[in-house]
Amino acid sequence: MSTKKSSGSGAKLSPAGHRWNVASRTLLAVAGGYAITAMATASLGLALPLPRAQAVMAATLFSFALYCALVIWAYSAATARRAWSVAAVLAALPAAHLAFRWVAA
Amino acid sequence: MNGLGFRQANSWLHTWSGLLLGWLLYAVFVTGALSFFRDEISFWMQPAQHASVAHAEAPQRAVDTMQAMAPDASLWSITLPGPRNPTTQVRWFEQGERRSKFGGQSAVLDGTTAQPLQERASRGGDFLYRFHFELYGMPRILARWIVGIATMMMLVAIISGVITHKKIFVDFFTFRPRKGQRSWMDVHNALAVLALPFHFMITYSGLLLLMFMLMPWGVDSAYGGDRQAFFSERGNRTAASAPAPAADKTPAALTAIGPLVRQAQAKWPNGVEQITVTDPGTNLATVELRERGAGSLLDRGRSGRMLFDGASGALLESPEQARPDAFSAIYNVFSSLHLLRFADTWLRWLFFIGGVLGSAMVASGMVLWVVKRLPQRRKQGSHLGHRLVESLNVASIAGLPIAIAAYFWANRLLPVPMQARADWEINAFFIAWLACLAHACFRPHRKAWKEQLGALALLLALLPLHDLLRGGGSLLAAVSHGSWVAAGMDFALLAFAALSAAGVYFLRPAQAKAGKRAPAPAEGIEGVSP
Repeated sequence: MSTKKSSGSGAKLSPAGHRWNVASRTLLAVAGGYAITAMATASLGLALPLPRAQAVMAATLFSFALYCALVIWAYSAATARRAWSVAAVLAALPAAHLAFRWVAA
Repeated sequence: MNGLGFRQANSWLHTWSGLLLGWLLYAVFVTGALSFFRDEISFWMQPAQHASVAHAEAPQRAVDTMQAMAPDASLWSITLPGPRNPTTQVRWFEQGERRSKFGGQSAVLDGTTAQPLQERASRGGDFLYRFHFELYGMPRILARWIVGIATMMMLVAIISGVITHKKIFVDFFTFRPRKGQRSWMDVHNALAVLALPFHFMITYSGLLLLMFMLMPWGVDSAYGGDRQAFFSERGNRTAASAPAPAADKTPAALTAIGPLVRQAQAKWPNGVEQITVTDPGTNLATVELRERGAGSLLDRGRSGRMLFDGASGALLESPEQARPDAFSAIYNVFSSLHLLRFADTWLRWLFFIGGVLGSAMVASGMVLWVVKRLPQRRKQGSHLGHRLVESLNVASIAGLPIAIAAYFWANRLLPVPMQARADWEINAFFIAWLACLAHACFRPHRKAWKEQLGALALLLALLPLHDLLRGGGSLLAAVSHGSWVAAGMDFALLAFAALSAAGVYFLRPAQAKAGKRAPAPAEGIEGVSP
């Protein structure tokens, strides 16, 4: 276990604040993480420079590792706000790609 | 988390993700470990078949029996005796009957004489296998989602657990006995690290086996929702069999099977697993031989096949298998390692031990949760949530094995001609599990542990004894004709009985223990004796 003093910009929260904080991060981890992973998988399946079936296989194989990393990020970011904003930036790229494909089609 | 460093945040995540679905994960791990021995358990649950011994002439004799039993069938499927089951299993379909995996009529034949053996109605190891990923009594897809979500949490718990322990290698060699919480932490770390590659592999591959259900978005976007197109483009599906020739059927004798099997054995190191005869007794008959397991992991251990003309015995086709692409190969390797259809006995035991270590890792983590919060509970008095976790820990960690033991006992004790017999074996499983839950709720924590582990030790140890006293018994079969499949199960039962008895010994009253310590209060288990 780490004995290092806790650092980061997060301040101590009241019990109610703590509950909201956990709820917000859990929403990001479960729903947000799944949505980003789903978009990234769909986007990579289209974008990877491989035969179509292989690109889809590669993207889907990788998806659970990505989801896992997103869940860990949701809880380990210094503040919930930071967790959400970085996740939003990450979501933007596959979302833009898919939207472009959808409009083009 | 606000105010927590990276490692502490992961420690928090590890604790709560582990606790939330720990009980379900434990059940998935235990039934999954047992599923590595699915065939062996099914065989053990058919005691009337234990005396069967595989014989080199089994293929021809089975065909002879089929000719007498079902001469007019449209198809015979004969599964030959093998290292995991020394009987011959046959299935046949009448003319015009739809051919499905579990349809038609079936029988089990002696591996030497090919005479039908008595079968008792039982789901055998299949019940545990299905429970492992489809639970019981709920829609299959819903259950797979629940298990899939739990598996995803397991992956998160594994990765966050590794991040939590920066001194993972040093911690592995650390054991501080009789230090309460520290000891449980050391046990949990050792179990986790010892088999970490196994835990990771089995968790990730479990997700991959469900991936087209859990994460279909790649397929759906690239193929516009046409999953069939994806699977056929990936080229991993067997082609549909050729349409039947238009020639008229006339009666014709079936060729001798022995030479065909020997021809296949020369090509396949593990021999033939299955013989399928279509239109037996006619000029249109075909004989298909399937290789026994153990191919390359890259093509998911897919077995080879050889097709012969049933009348002349001439080889019609022996297709070479296509090499899969790199990503399909990765998928195939992972899923083969999870399904373990290719493995020989020793590898199977090794994976089983991995599964047992995984179960123990999950269990020790849940015990650690309780032990860690004991000092606080002693100060602040009892707490409903804490008591709930305590009870659920006993009812799952000790209660599930008791339920499995009850399932095995029901298999032995229920009368063979009973109505709905297979269902009652499963009912016994759930009744015993419910009884364990009630017991864990009403008894003091330490006593609940001790009584349930004691009951488990007795239930497991008495099973082989019961078989021995009822005559037969797998141990006898092992000694008299070298058939070790059922005996292996009996040895495992005895080993787990000893393990449970050791648990009872470890829970003996504190004053009786060697090192004098302050006597522990009635509830709470905190010290680990070396």
